[in-house]
Amino acid sequence: MLTKRIIPCLDIKDGRTVKGVNFVDLRDAGDPVELAAFYADAGADELVFLDISATEERRKTLAKLVRRVAEKVNIPFTVGGGISSSKDVDLLLHNGADKISVNSSAVKNPELIDELVGKFGSQCVVVAIDAKKINGKWKVHLVGGKVPTEIELFQWAEEVEKRGAGEILFTSMDHDGTKNGFANEALRRLSTERNIPIIASGGAGTVQHFVDTFKEGKADAALAASVFHFREMEIHDLKRELKKHNVPVRF
Amino acid sequence: MKIAIINYGAGNIQSIRFAFERLGVHPFLSDQAEEIASADLVVFPGVGEASSAMSKLKSTKLDLLIPRLTQPVLGICLGMQLLCKYSEEGDTKGLDIFEVDVLRFNQGVKVPQIGWNTIDQLKSDLFKDVSDKEYIYLVHSYYAPLCKETIAVSDYGIKYSTALKKGNFYGVQFHPEKSSTVGAKILENFLNM
Repeated sequence: MLTKRIIPCLDIKDGRTVKGVNFVDLRDAGDPVELAAFYADAGADELVFLDISATEERRKTLAKLVRRVAEKVNIPFTVGGGISSSKDVDLLLHNGADKISVNSSAVKNPELIDELVGKFGSQCVVVAIDAKKINGKWKVHLVGGKVPTEIELFQWAEEVEKRGAGEILFTSMDHDGTKNGFANEALRRLSTERNIPIIASGGAGTVQHFVDTFKEGKADAALAASVFHFREMEIHDLKRELKKHNVPVRF
Repeated sequence: MKIAIINYGAGNIQSIRFAFERLGVHPFLSDQAEEIASADLVVFPGVGEASSAMSKLKSTKLDLLIPRLTQPVLGICLGMQLLCKYSEEGDTKGLDIFEVDVLRFNQGVKVPQIGWNTIDQLKSDLFKDVSDKEYIYLVHSYYAPLCKETIAVSDYGIKYSTALKKGNFYGVQFHPEKSSTVGAKILENFLNM
């Protein structure tokens, strides 16, 4: 039986993990490779690296990091952040990334999805969507959720699937950082309407939140950052609880 | 030991190389028939679309070489599918090692299947010391039905072949290079063929 995936997300800047992390037992928790290896051993099913660097050197630095991760880590990982061309994707995949995610660049230029799917296959193209509810409507946002658009979430998700994306990573800006649970109502609709896997993101605070997003939100995978980075929750314990609630997980 | 990874421009082959390197061996990437034929073991990877992958194989005449290989050959993911008779994806004629047609999932499940599933009913030394119900990582939209060459079974709306074997040819639908310690064990078993 296919299991539900737990995905820690690492924010990367200039080749280092950004958010403060609470890992006393790691030699260098700022080293994404060491942190990634830790999570792989701890039972993470996949990893996401989100690059937020803004330097000229960013592409090269990220490619080097991807290579080091691929050398060491034996679970799949996705790389996102600032990817806007098939040249960017080619460099990351050739250094060992399994999937890439596009966000703002796909909203601005939806044909980018078709191009990437045509060149590299659906299996490695994740479309990340940041959205926020405005006057009762879910609107897609750009630039890490800062810039609102008039595009409606569910329509965009439909288009993304039609253009061949392999997965959707949906972050609710209303829930992100709140630790009050995932946007399960929207997730449930996305997961029911779409026939590709949906990754839930934004709002993880407790074990129950994960149970709810899999059961009520019908998410295929759940992504979180701080609850894992600050050791508020161990992945193994989380999975044990999920199993108790009859959510299929890998041990 | 010489291990060749067939390099025909189909996807993420670095990960496969790195997975073998973690086991202490150093495969080489090649699209040269002679070089590949001289290896002790051959890995035939592939992700992406079947018909375009087959065209790439044909453009380098590797479609003629692969079926003639006599050393152990491991097809991974699309590599396994291309070793089958036919694929619905792009209406593609395969290399006809495994006598089975590859079909698209249409059992009311999400496509592609992405994530960790279990393998069961394991046969062959490829799964030596691997127990039934171990988890492996999969990403695919097309599958090989059960057949007489099936050596591992998974369930995704339908029971299907997650591994096939015929003579010196092995195929796995999952990604051993991304399947944690279980995947590493399977690659190690392949090294001992």
